[in-house]
Amino acid sequence: MKSREAIFANIRKSLRVSSDDRLRHETVTARIQKHPRGIIPARGQKPDRERLELFRQMVESAKASIAILETKDDVPTAVAAYLRSKNLPQSIRHGDDARLSLIPWAKERALEVTKGASDGAQLASVSYSFGAVAESGTLVMVSGADNPTTLNFLPDHHLVVVDERDIAGDYESVWDRIRLSFGANKMPRAVNWITGPSRSGDIEQTHLLGAHGPRSLHVLVVRNS
Amino acid sequence: MTQPVNSPQFKENARKALDDAYLQKALARSEKGFIERRKAAVEKLPEYDALRDNARDLKDHILAHLDLYLEAYERNVIATGGHVHWAATAEEANEIIFGICQRLNAKAVAKGKSMISEETGLNSYLEARGIRPIETDLGEYIIQLRGETPSHLIAPALHVTKEQIEADFRRAHTELPPERNLDEPTSLLAEARAMLRDKFLNVEVGITGANFLIAETGSSVIVTNEGNGDLTQTLAKAHIVISSIEKVVPTREDAVTFLRLLARTASGTDLSVYTTFSTGARRDGDPDGPLEYHVVLLDNGRSNMLGGKFQEMLRCIRCGACMNHCPVFHAVGGHAYGWVYPGPMGAVLTPSLVGVEQGGQLPNASTFCGRCEEVCPVRIPLPKLMRNWREREFERHLQPAFARYGLGIWAAFAKRPALYRRATSLAMKFLRLFGGKGRLRALPLASGWTRHRDFPSPQGETFQSLWKKRSGPR
Ligand code: SF4
Repeated sequence: MKSREAIFANIRKSLRVSSDDRLRHETVTARIQKHPRGIIPARGQKPDRERLELFRQMVESAKASIAILETKDDVPTAVAAYLRSKNLPQSIRHGDDARLSLIPWAKERALEVTKGASDGAQLASVSYSFGAVAESGTLVMVSGADNPTTLNFLPDHHLVVVDERDIAGDYESVWDRIRLSFGANKMPRAVNWITGPSRSGDIEQTHLLGAHGPRSLHVLVVRNS
Repeated sequence: MTQPVNSPQFKENARKALDDAYLQKALARSEKGFIERRKAAVEKLPEYDALRDNARDLKDHILAHLDLYLEAYERNVIATGGHVHWAATAEEANEIIFGICQRLNAKAVAKGKSMISEETGLNSYLEARGIRPIETDLGEYIIQLRGETPSHLIAPALHVTKEQIEADFRRAHTELPPERNLDEPTSLLAEARAMLRDKFLNVEVGITGANFLIAETGSSVIVTNEGNGDLTQTLAKAHIVISSIEKVVPTREDAVTFLRLLARTASGTDLSVYTTFSTGARRDGDPDGPLEYHVVLLDNGRSNMLGGKFQEMLRCIRCGACMNHCPVFHAVGGHAYGWVYPGPMGAVLTPSLVGVEQGGQLPNASTFCGRCEEVCPVRIPLPKLMRNWREREFERHLQPAFARYGLGIWAAFAKRPALYRRATSLAMKFLRLFGGKGRLRALPLASGWTRHRDFPSPQGETFQSLWKKRSGPR
């Protein structure tokens, strides 16, 4: 505690302020409560159809792949096709998300579906994303039993389902939805923004895919959910 | 301050750097990529400059209310079950982290990239006490194998060539077959991935830095491309965040303002691959995530910088753009600066944190071309701050007599023709990037000239290189 007091005392001394200045307190409280938005680039501010198209472009420019599906019922076939195209076994793992449980996986007879977090032994995982941002082609994942965080990082291939209506133009709109779902100043343990598959530029500044996280990321947009 | 300082030897370091063929090869390669990638990303975002103004003003607002935002941040970390530890000095930060590791019986810790842990010299501190730190960022992993420190803020192994990495891996990974082929960078990456996977799954403690801390929610934010920081914090029993006090931002919206600038300026992408907001430990019903969440907040001299001539330096978001655009950095690399922070930002920050006696040489390592200020996403007037240091040093009569007449640095360059040639031709290249083939309408630091007239953008080559060509090899 001694250092805590010393640090605060020194900050106030350097700034020449006192700890009981009411106006300063009000300024800080107001900013946190009102959380004003900064400058939002025009790029993402588009009507529905164009926003989906922008999202597709941005996902692809981040070196992920994307498929646009009409309904949830199309997901099993799309997943099976992806696994085949990558020469992977027909096996996926996902969390407790009710939206994933409602997907008719049995349509793909050969597809083995297991549930739970990852211990590093799985090659492919499927998650349902909380939202997405068209501005940069970013997926917004929240932690918990529904979509365990380890499924985002340990398997070599990460497949993510996102509802078209959850694709926002900007990050700020997703923060507002997080506030609605979790409470005014609350956050789930982890919020993961994911923009493309894992990569590294540390060997002579050449960008190589597949560093510690997934080597590939495949996005499945469901238009009518 | 625990990381040893070797900055007073800047000139000597610079000389060695110029004679290091490997280093020169590595530096030449990196320079163009960084500059071009940033330029392309920035051109695609018309709001970029307006965002920079916002970011500058927001940082100034935060710094003016730093005590109150830190209090709000601390309250919210505690409300989510996390622990906040305050460290006035580097030594204290190391002690706190060692204490947590000891209590958890940790034999090894996984580490995400953290410049603050470089500043405190955490790795050697832990090693000396029987705990093995394992760097997991590929660049940090490489330099750890080499027993070096990072030479760049976001590209710690910038100074290492592929051939050197291959040799390091063969030396370190003796359990793998010696005849394996490591010609391709992809095989080097795959080998590092495989070697580290096991470590992630078996350590008790994961340590990461923080790019931002959010007062509104008590969250810490990290930005990575590899996903190593995420595995580090998700798989360990305890996640320790080590950060400095000026990283706090008021809200999630405010974090977004900086995030829109950071990756574009640093690496020329709209966003890094992984931006992770961590808030507290594993919740009821969570199948994964750390069981404990700690934040160690380091001051180490920063609170002294507030309200003074160098406060603006605390706006820095560690993007690395100032060094990517610095002719001196490109001539000598990051290690010559002799401490943790290289390039223009290091030249200003190092004397602030380690004292002018030790860091006072660094503000001279500049051609004052002004490129750093021009690209800084939070508009830090780096040349002005370097001049502040020089004036202060002058007043304190710390400089050798020669330098007091303003000749020291010129002489250091001129006595080394190789360095002089490289620095002047680099400066020309930078000026050309600004002005293309024609005239320059605005020139940083020369507004007294350019307010009323254009400055010719340099054409062709330097006088020296033309002279050499005319007279042929001698
Ligand atoms: S001083 Fe500016 S350009 Fe340099 S690292 Fe900091 S924020 Fe980036």
